[in-house]
Amino acid sequence: MSKSEYVLEAVEISKSFPGVKALDKVSMRVKPGTVHALMGENGAGKSTLMKCIYGIYSPDHGSILIDGEKATIANPRNAMDLGVSMIHQELHPVRPQTAGENIFLGRIPYKKVAGIHWVDRQRLIGETKEVFKKMGLDIDPKQKVAELSTAYCQLLEIARAVSLGAKIIIMDEPTSSLTDTETAILFKIIKQLKSENVAIIYISHKIDEILEISDAVTIMRDGKNVGTWPASELTTDSIVSRMVGREMNNRFPPKIHTPGAEYLRIDGITSTDPHSFQDISFEVRKGEIFGIGGLVGSQRSELIEAIFGLRGIAKGTIRIDGKEIYNKKPIDAIKNGMALLTEDRRKTGMIGSSSVADNTLIVQQNAHPKLYTRKGLHFIDYKKRNADAQKYVDTLSIKTPSLKTAIQSLSGGTQQKVLLGRWLLTQPNILILDEPTRGIDVGAKYEIYELMEEMARDGKCVIMISSEMPELMGMSDRIMVMCEGHMSGIISGSEVTDEKIMLLASTYKAIQEEE
Amino acid sequence: MKIKNISKYVVDKILYICLVLMIIIISVISPSFLSIRVLSDVLIQSAPKILLAMGMLVVIIAGGMDMTVGRLAGLGAIISGTLAQQTTYYLKFWTNLPELPIVVPIVASILIGLAMGAVTGIIISKFKVPAFLAGLGLQMILYGGNLLLLKKAPNNSQPLAGYKDTFLKFGTGSIFGVSYLIIAAMLVMVFVYILLNMTTLGKNIYATGGNREAAKVAGINVFKVDMFVYMLSGALAAFAGCMIAARTGSATATYAEGYEMDAIASCIIGGASFAGGIGNVPGAFLGVIIFSVINYGLTFVGLSSYWQYIVKGLIIVVAVALDMRKYASRS
Repeated sequence: MSKSEYVLEAVEISKSFPGVKALDKVSMRVKPGTVHALMGENGAGKSTLMKCIYGIYSPDHGSILIDGEKATIANPRNAMDLGVSMIHQELHPVRPQTAGENIFLGRIPYKKVAGIHWVDRQRLIGETKEVFKKMGLDIDPKQKVAELSTAYCQLLEIARAVSLGAKIIIMDEPTSSLTDTETAILFKIIKQLKSENVAIIYISHKIDEILEISDAVTIMRDGKNVGTWPASELTTDSIVSRMVGREMNNRFPPKIHTPGAEYLRIDGITSTDPHSFQDISFEVRKGEIFGIGGLVGSQRSELIEAIFGLRGIAKGTIRIDGKEIYNKKPIDAIKNGMALLTEDRRKTGMIGSSSVADNTLIVQQNAHPKLYTRKGLHFIDYKKRNADAQKYVDTLSIKTPSLKTAIQSLSGGTQQKVLLGRWLLTQPNILILDEPTRGIDVGAKYEIYELMEEMARDGKCVIMISSEMPELMGMSDRIMVMCEGHMSGIISGSEVTDEKIMLLASTYKAIQEEE
Repeated sequence: MKIKNISKYVVDKILYICLVLMIIIISVISPSFLSIRVLSDVLIQSAPKILLAMGMLVVIIAGGMDMTVGRLAGLGAIISGTLAQQTTYYLKFWTNLPELPIVVPIVASILIGLAMGAVTGIIISKFKVPAFLAGLGLQMILYGGNLLLLKKAPNNSQPLAGYKDTFLKFGTGSIFGVSYLIIAAMLVMVFVYILLNMTTLGKNIYATGGNREAAKVAGINVFKVDMFVYMLSGALAAFAGCMIAARTGSATATYAEGYEMDAIASCIIGGASFAGGIGNVPGAFLGVIIFSVINYGLTFVGLSSYWQYIVKGLIIVVAVALDMRKYASRS
């Protein structure tokens, strides 16, 4: 019997960092066996609050109660002992080890023989199996984590929390890199955990998900608690307006652009890698937003990376305005007027230690070095560089203390805008965006949508890969859906429904046979 | 708040403070340290190491590491030494070689450095051998090569000697009181500074080291960047060897042994990051000078020169630990 109605109470938590009040008397109460969503724009203080609860930060004021009793949580170890676990947005599994070893990381079961702790493999595998069974997970405990997808790594983290006997599991953007099917598996497991009286604090930007899975929703803004409501009383619009503090009627800008003549034509291109994309053909018109949907593993990113000259193409042709081109390296693609905002900002996008200016200029100065060098010895013309960087900082309203600020110290949405500015500076005719709004807040998302709309209005081709169904449907004129490296169909207009996209994404053979 | 600012300042400028403190302590114990002659000696001693450190700096910024430079400097010393001998020397290495102008040994060492740098670059960039291991292997090969080369009759593993006066003058002479070696080192520093800060290639070097994959997507030819930095490092290393040969009037297979570690340490305490993408010329220069002052200063105050290793080691560990704290407090 717990002494309180709530398993976790955070009471008037305040936390300041030099120059910022990150949390200002924020309170939150979580009931056992519920999913409690925490929402807010980037920088609203969600992560800081969770880090206070998990013992990564110690709050300046306020207290945390677990089961009605005041708890001192000085570090994550204390938190875990009290039954609080946190699944971080970025996972760091020990990839060369097995699923079981990851679950029991740091506390591998052992037998003591002759004073030495020998690994007890049987218990390790047995106990892992038990946890998986409890969660309804189908993973072999002996499987290497390196062979598992991101989704399963996430589920593994949750399994670890369960095996630790967690009463409260904090999930920070758990679905940001999951596809819809994988999300469905996660939700099934969340429901299972709920029935075992585990409380889940769920941080996400995805409103549809929140409305589907959560019982209560707490919304934060600028380090303050806006309020807590039962999920059943909320709608997408009411959540958004409470998050941004103003009415926001539309999630997508109005569609004004009209597609014109065909510009980019891809004919039967096939990867040099036999496990990757096969025989893909499509065309994109000027002033069109062309969406590419599909599940993770559908080889969407590989396809556009190959078009951009980052991967090998065995056969097929690429034509721009009727003229055949071949992008051997990205620099060729850039010179052919293409731009690619990659999927993983940290891995293939930003140069973290470099400044906003250097990150903005990197492509353009490489494609056209003479633009930024003085006559004579060709030394860099910093005035010209800074002027161009500043222009995009202004037009994209990039919030940065200065052009010299290292990009890694900015928020995710701001980083993404810098990278977008980098490509807009090259004045591309074909702008390819791979998951452009992943992990960024509602406000920044809308600005990126507006930019896409603007590009299309200017008669450019915009190609967007997205795993977010509403975004894909809300922004694209036509959608190509891929499945396991094959094109399973291109749909437009009234054909575009959730069900149709899901069907195409999960089967390409059935469709082909039908025809 | 004020104390916080001061401590931040101290952490930021720790290298300068260390250097000034060391010079003050040494000068208090032995006032003659603060003479033009001594300070000029410190700089002359540092000159070849500055070249190695500048090459290493560019490689580290590009996200690599060049472990070959010590042995490569040794090779540079031997090659240039054999080409700079007097025709009358009784153990002349290339027996029938006529008298050559002084540019020949200098240019030859630079060319051999470029070639070796290209080999290192290809092994690391094309064949994807981790930089440390590639360097380790090549280092051994170079050492073996140096030993075999010197064994050739009539030299029979003797230290090289009998250099022409013009070559020796390059190593020991000066113009307006400034040693040629110091001038060469200064010119190299200016060159590397301009390269890194004022050219597009410099920006691409920082980008490649900062995030290689992102640099590729941005259209940078990272193979070209790799080749450039290793060839530059190789050329500077071999030229540094030529400088040492000219200054000492000799050359053996153990010349410049372990200098690659000094070069790496100088760059790192000067603020360069092994992760790539970070580093600067003044920092690396200061790193070299600090090590030279320790080297020279300790013997100057009458301590055993063996102490230099302990002091150097301490400085590396403390400097990097402080640097890490600087980063930790930022995030």
